[in-house]
Amino acid sequence: MILLIDLCYREDSLSRDEFVGPVERLLRRSGAPFFTRHYTAVGAPELEAADAVILCGTALMDTGYTEHPELFRWLLSFERPVLGISSGMRALAAAFGASTEPCCEIGMANVEVLAPDPLFDGQEGFPAYQLHEYAVQVPDTFVSLAASDQCVQAIRHRSLPLYGFLFHPEARNEWILERFLGLVTPVTGRSG
Amino acid sequence: MKIRQHIILILPWRRRPQIPRLTRTVCRIPPFAARALPVPPPQGLSCTGEKITGTIMKLGVLFSGGKDSIFACWKAMQQEEVVCLITVVSKNPESYMFHTPNIRLAALQAEAAELPLVEVETAGEKEEELLDLKRALLAAREQYGIEGVVTGAILSIYQATRVQRVCRELDLWCFNPLWNADQEAYMEELIDAGFKVVIAGVFSCPFDASWLGREIDRRTLDELREIARKYRVTLTGEGGELETFVVDAPFFAQRIAIEEASKTYRNYNGVLRIERAGLVAK
Repeated sequence: MILLIDLCYREDSLSRDEFVGPVERLLRRSGAPFFTRHYTAVGAPELEAADAVILCGTALMDTGYTEHPELFRWLLSFERPVLGISSGMRALAAAFGASTEPCCEIGMANVEVLAPDPLFDGQEGFPAYQLHEYAVQVPDTFVSLAASDQCVQAIRHRSLPLYGFLFHPEARNEWILERFLGLVTPVTGRSG
Repeated sequence: MKIRQHIILILPWRRRPQIPRLTRTVCRIPPFAARALPVPPPQGLSCTGEKITGTIMKLGVLFSGGKDSIFACWKAMQQEEVVCLITVVSKNPESYMFHTPNIRLAALQAEAAELPLVEVETAGEKEEELLDLKRALLAAREQYGIEGVVTGAILSIYQATRVQRVCRELDLWCFNPLWNADQEAYMEELIDAGFKVVIAGVFSCPFDASWLGREIDRRTLDELREIARKYRVTLTGEGGELETFVVDAPFFAQRIAIEEASKTYRNYNGVLRIERAGLVAK
């Protein structure tokens, strides 16, 4: 079961259909079982039930989630696959101690693959949809996987399947999300 | 550039009981944190510790009179407060951003919805029209205090990107509730919710002149579905294959009656020009 986390300014907000809905539709099409929770409503039972987590993006002006870093500390000990999209990448990197720097990209930009990874296998680069005002400084425990001419676009933990994408794969690059789903191994009867 | 303000007094908000509304409450957040508004703290407490039920944003809807912007407006009304409609009237028929055949009737639709309309004219030259959009949003902010903008963009990165950039410049939120929508589900919801939409322009094979003026009902949707499959056009017309005009919506206090219209059509390109229309009771 995949846990989809809504980072928008309010549960069931006007931004939900824009940033969570497209990912939900892709999961539905892929036949991947999932459930969605707002970031303020994620607790031990939700994390226990999750074989993987996707942290969705937010509107440019929507930075409320950054004011609650305590709600993302579970990422430090969650060893199953995680994908943070745009704001979700920021939340993931922040949990690992990374700071941000201004970097505004709005619209399509070319992304160049820098390091081999199963998610980008066979790709040297691709155009991707951007909607962000900040980029993250790569945490020490992560590697840079891809970059635009402005900033790092994809990171991965050095030893765990934790990914952050600054671009929005759900718009024009669904294939990357589908590859991420390939990393998810359903675990039944998980305990503690 | 001319800015015309169509101000229709809004008294009967109670006419829209079908729209669930949140309660506006005051959250005394210091100015340095204002950028994060309207984010309620996670435990439902305001910054001063008082119980809050939510905050509502004042929004302007970028409005063309077609189904996407009016449906987006309806979506926005269910979550936030729509305080005005904003229309950019392009004189350039080739404008990718703003041109629609019956844009002048946006004022009548605004009247039907009992919402004020901020209307801006633009020559429609490619990047110049963005300056006109910016002026329109500024006027809406000054007149109606909008904190954000709603668009009906579905797939067009060209349009969505440009609006996003202007909103960022003006520190306005930008909402695209139809972004990447499931086109099938959207069209079904449009009909189920009671929107009455007519086809006002066709710009692609195989649409002939008979499509002009047709209402998008279940039978028409079935035909559109078949055409979308066979000719690889978008079901919603977002690819520029169709233009639409909304004559009724769930939040309209009155509906629009088209009294006189003319058709021009040639080689899969046609427009229904509404010459005369009025408001009638629902």
